[in-house]
Amino acid sequence: MLQIKKLHKSYPIGNTSLHVLKGIDLSVEEGEMVAIMGSSGSGKSTLLNIIGMLDEADSGEYILDGLLIKNLTEKKAAVYRNKFLGFIFQSFNLINYKNALENVALPLYYQGLKRKERQELATFHLEKVGLANWAHHLPKELSGGQKQRVAIARALAANPKLLLADEPTGALDSTTSHEIMAFIQQLNDEGKTILMVTHEEDIANMCKRIVRLRDGVIIEDKKINQVRAEHYV
Amino acid sequence: MFDLDLWREIFQSINKNRTRSLLSGFTVAFAILLFTILFGIANGLQNTFEQEFVDTASNSIFIMSGQTSIANEGLQAGRKIQFKNEDYDYVKEEFGDKVEFITSRVFKSVNASYKTEKNSYSLIAVHPDYQFVEKNIIKEGRYINQNDLENRTKVIVIGRLVEEDLFINESAIGKYINLNGIQYKVVGIFTDEGGDDEERIIYMPLTTAQHLYGNNDYIDQMNLTYSPELNYEQALGFSNLLTRKLKSRFSVANDDQRGIRVFNMAEATQQVDQMTLGLTVIILVIGFGTLIAGIVGISNIMIFIVKERTKEIGIRKALGATPRSIISIILIESILITAIAGYVGLLIGVGVLELIGSGLEVYFITNPGVNNSLVFGATITLVLAGALAGYLPAQKASQIKPIVALRND
Repeated sequence: MLQIKKLHKSYPIGNTSLHVLKGIDLSVEEGEMVAIMGSSGSGKSTLLNIIGMLDEADSGEYILDGLLIKNLTEKKAAVYRNKFLGFIFQSFNLINYKNALENVALPLYYQGLKRKERQELATFHLEKVGLANWAHHLPKELSGGQKQRVAIARALAANPKLLLADEPTGALDSTTSHEIMAFIQQLNDEGKTILMVTHEEDIANMCKRIVRLRDGVIIEDKKINQVRAEHYV
Repeated sequence: MFDLDLWREIFQSINKNRTRSLLSGFTVAFAILLFTILFGIANGLQNTFEQEFVDTASNSIFIMSGQTSIANEGLQAGRKIQFKNEDYDYVKEEFGDKVEFITSRVFKSVNASYKTEKNSYSLIAVHPDYQFVEKNIIKEGRYINQNDLENRTKVIVIGRLVEEDLFINESAIGKYINLNGIQYKVVGIFTDEGGDDEERIIYMPLTTAQHLYGNNDYIDQMNLTYSPELNYEQALGFSNLLTRKLKSRFSVANDDQRGIRVFNMAEATQQVDQMTLGLTVIILVIGFGTLIAGIVGISNIMIFIVKERTKEIGIRKALGATPRSIISIILIESILITAIAGYVGLLIGVGVLELIGSGLEVYFITNPGVNNSLVFGATITLVLAGALAGYLPAQKASQIKPIVALRND
């Protein structure tokens, strides 16, 4: 599903450069649920950005679903992002002047679907996250948990191969966090591959595999017994 | 090109960000508003000039007499020069090949009455050619003719407003008007584009007036139009020659400005044309400056808009928006706002001109208004410029890196 070999990335800071990723090797199979952990500055977000094609590595190889991701034009990157990836962010990143349904339908718009199809698909995904009744509410009228569920519905809308979550519960209280995690686990149960960045131990334990980063290298990569989030809800 | 969904996106964005859209629109609307008003006023001034001259043929020459101001050939200053019929004949004979139409004029002021209606009017006694020199348009009946001159008939041709004043709801043709105690038959009614004053005039055969009001052959003024084949230089040469000949005929010094005056319309027209041109240039410069100010305004606000929308653009890109779609959404939005605002400014400007326009005649501004094609041209220019101004920010927006935009802050 996803292979990464000898990935390097550095950022220029003034005259020097900051070497953030120092040779990452990572391979993820279909249906996995991986937590990438590490303290801030460990390079976990950078790794996620590169996987998400929001950023590009300096060297190394990145293969997604058999496709070498390298030297993409902006346009190609946009098309791949739309086709392969679904993003879930810590701060939800909903467009504030669009209602829940329109937010969910946005990736479908960029896929070039007809309005009617978009509406139907978006409604379907909103129902799936249990927000069918909130379809016409603006983000500011929704609670944090609801916003994150809209964001998840949006990430799912384009039926991506890989879900990328950047601290998906970082802005939520623990009850809501567990609700969201339960939902993400359910998606994984249905077969979605999920990659998640977190620094919370209990959230990471709800995944099936934990990859620990420190100073730009992987220091630990282990499969774990998943803790089901339903137990906390 | 017409992508309904794109327009839906744009309208939603405009609608949901009304303050921002209003702000950017305001600059444009204001620029176009100023431009419209300025141009309207310039046109008003131009209209005034044109109206002053439009009723008289532009190839006219007026020959007037007065008192000499310089002693000459043993004659002292202060001598009164009086034209007579023989002078009219002299000009006609001497310059026959260059003259198109020629007429003498005798001025009188008369009290006119018909039944119970009374009013006073200017009376001008003329030759038949006068119709063409003054560009009178016969609305009904006929003009003064040669027969009238030879027989000194007591007929008059009256202006449209004279008829309106004296003949309420009646046709004046064939009726008799009393002018200072003498009855005249109305044979024609004319209109004139020179405004109301020019339509409150009564014309009479020259000979009739000379016979009845003085029993002499005096002429107050001669008007002629030169052959349209003469160019500006030739026309000027002709009027100079005419002046010299007449001055020597009356023993008036060549540098005497008062004894005999010859006014060549071509000269005046040329001056007015130059002035109008100057005015147009000034207005264009000011208008262009205003437009540039408007453009800079749009550009500024577009940069602000892109900055404000960084996050949204980042989200869109993360969800699969191509750079092209980002550019088009920003660009079309700015063009749309510019076009609508420009149109609003135009409408307000035209409205203001309509509203205050009629009150400005005191300031030599007549019918201020704007040429539609010009203002639409300006709006299109503004839209194009808005697109240009919006392009750089849009380009910048398309290069926004999603990671930067989505960084938690």
